[in-house]
Amino acid sequence: MKDYFDLSVKNLRHRGIRSWLTLLGIFIGVMAVVSLISLGNGLQAAVGAQFGISSTEIITVQAGGLSSAGPPGTGVNNKLTRDDAEAIGRIASVDVAIPRILASGKIEYNDKVSFGMVGSVPDGEERKVVYDTIEVEADSGRMLKDGDVGKVVLGWNFYKDDSIFGKEVVVGKTVLIQDRKFEVVGIMGKKGSFMVDGLVLMNDDDVIDLFDYGDDVDLIVAKVKDKSLMDRAKEDIEKLMRQRRDVDVGKEDFSVSTPDAMLDTVNNILGGIQAFIIIIASISILVGAVGIVNTMTTSVLERRKEIGVMKAIGAKNSQIFMQFLIESGLLGLAGGFIGVVLGVLIGIGGILAINNWIGAEVALSIDFVLVGGALVGSFLIGAVAGIVPAMNAANQNPVEALRG
Amino acid sequence: MVTERKELIRLRNVSKFYEMGNSVVKALNEVNLKVYEGEFVAIMGPSGSGKSTAMNLVGSLDVPTHGSVFLDEIDISTLGESELAQIRGKKIGFIFQSFNLIANLTTIENVMLPMMFQGTGIDKRRKKAEELLKLVDLGNRGEHYPGELSGGQRQRVAIARSLANDPEVILADEPTGNLDTKTGAIVMEFLEKMNREGKTIIIVTHDPDLAEKYADVVYWLKDGILEKVTKREGKRFVDVTKKVKKAVKGNGVK
Repeated sequence: MKDYFDLSVKNLRHRGIRSWLTLLGIFIGVMAVVSLISLGNGLQAAVGAQFGISSTEIITVQAGGLSSAGPPGTGVNNKLTRDDAEAIGRIASVDVAIPRILASGKIEYNDKVSFGMVGSVPDGEERKVVYDTIEVEADSGRMLKDGDVGKVVLGWNFYKDDSIFGKEVVVGKTVLIQDRKFEVVGIMGKKGSFMVDGLVLMNDDDVIDLFDYGDDVDLIVAKVKDKSLMDRAKEDIEKLMRQRRDVDVGKEDFSVSTPDAMLDTVNNILGGIQAFIIIIASISILVGAVGIVNTMTTSVLERRKEIGVMKAIGAKNSQIFMQFLIESGLLGLAGGFIGVVLGVLIGIGGILAINNWIGAEVALSIDFVLVGGALVGSFLIGAVAGIVPAMNAANQNPVEALRG
Repeated sequence: MVTERKELIRLRNVSKFYEMGNSVVKALNEVNLKVYEGEFVAIMGPSGSGKSTAMNLVGSLDVPTHGSVFLDEIDISTLGESELAQIRGKKIGFIFQSFNLIANLTTIENVMLPMMFQGTGIDKRRKKAEELLKLVDLGNRGEHYPGELSGGQRQRVAIARSLANDPEVILADEPTGNLDTKTGAIVMEFLEKMNREGKTIIIVTHDPDLAEKYADVVYWLKDGILEKVTKREGKRFVDVTKKVKKAVKGNGVK
């Protein structure tokens, strides 16, 4: 068997550029699949991180139906209230329900204006729950504490990204939010999510006062007693909220989402994109396979005499068949190899770009099962494409083949 | 005395017809031929005489339309494609007019190739190929590609290749056809030398001088018919057509 590989490699080394060009299809297809799958895990993690999907036992309630779900606090008429939060907090499976405000506001510093989201932080025990939920700690300075008035904690981007205000904001400085002065007491560590990294945290009372919120809230964050109670709690909350807002099943003007559900949504979208790219890649590979059929058929015609000679010196049909089959497989493998190398590079490059660009921290990894599978797969595709030409070669009549 | 020697190849009343459109071309018609071990035989004829067809049959590359071809007492028309290939690889060494070396393989790889098809191990193949290249004075050209060699050298590689599986018969189709007189003579001398060492040689040629210079027995073909068979007796060739016919038919019952 090894002999045939040797022979095939020798033959392939002398192939013209034309043969290699037919591999473009395989190469592009394999590259697309490999880079996509390498990126896939990164994309999922990145997108997940972007939307602050945490793995904690948190259920988020927002006003507005799923269909009309926009950014928190926008365009919703029938807002959630602090009473809603209290009611949810009384559900058995819910540990605590925290009303939160996410308001869009004007932020000024260094005479430059920017707009950002201001998030409220409640007092007492619930403060810790909020910090746990968004999984942040102070990178410099401190987080807010009870009784802080006129103080804010800023997301990492305000510190890091000096394009926002022309210079970085550090602890101790004063920023203008909605034209009111606030002292920056802390900068949150980098989170890798534009939502958190661009957030301004402010104590509840300040937010209500500054944005004139009254009893309205933008979302209610419910911490469930145990992870196993997630589904149960979600149902309970939905039922309660339907009663409170007097809506029927299926006509909810609010949404209750769990991290799992959000992750599912993200995965669905990514899955759709992946399916699309895989279809394109499959077409590309199919084209590549047809290219291999073509180049192998030509090769058999060109090498008729060689086939005749091999038969004259004792090659059995099966041996000729094997040789051409393996040659064809190796052609596929060559295309696949280039595709895998470039695909892995694109995957790594893509993940580095994601990490850099958005600030996520997806681990770099080469999936060797994927690489091996792609290589074996491209060899098999080549071999399958070579079956008919190889049969053609094997069935040559030696006398006629020798004539050339 | 002729019947005492071991018989290698026998063509009995062999015909080969080709259909060309509506007409049938009789490339060979009722040809008898017998080759004994150790003989130097020439199949002689002008182009269109059927000598190439004869070579294909003798070399078991093809099977006859009528009649039988025996190789080592085996009727080749009873064999399947694979058995035929196997037997050909083992018992017959081919030398072609246009050398027919595989261009993508080095000299030594070309010589090793027939052994690969017989399933010989790589080390044994290499060792044997080295020996054979030395035999044809090309011991130092093993790693060259055929394209880097002269015609005479290439034909010597082909001779080495033909010997790879220690065949009983070397079948050479116009071995000097693409060579000048001098290099042709060198190639023929190698064949002659091998014949002296006991190998059976069959050459197919259109050149009567070449045939009579080297061969012991010459089969003269013309228009697909065996015109005559001549055999060297001392310095002259005598007609032994009838003897051959008789020999072929005499023990031809199989």
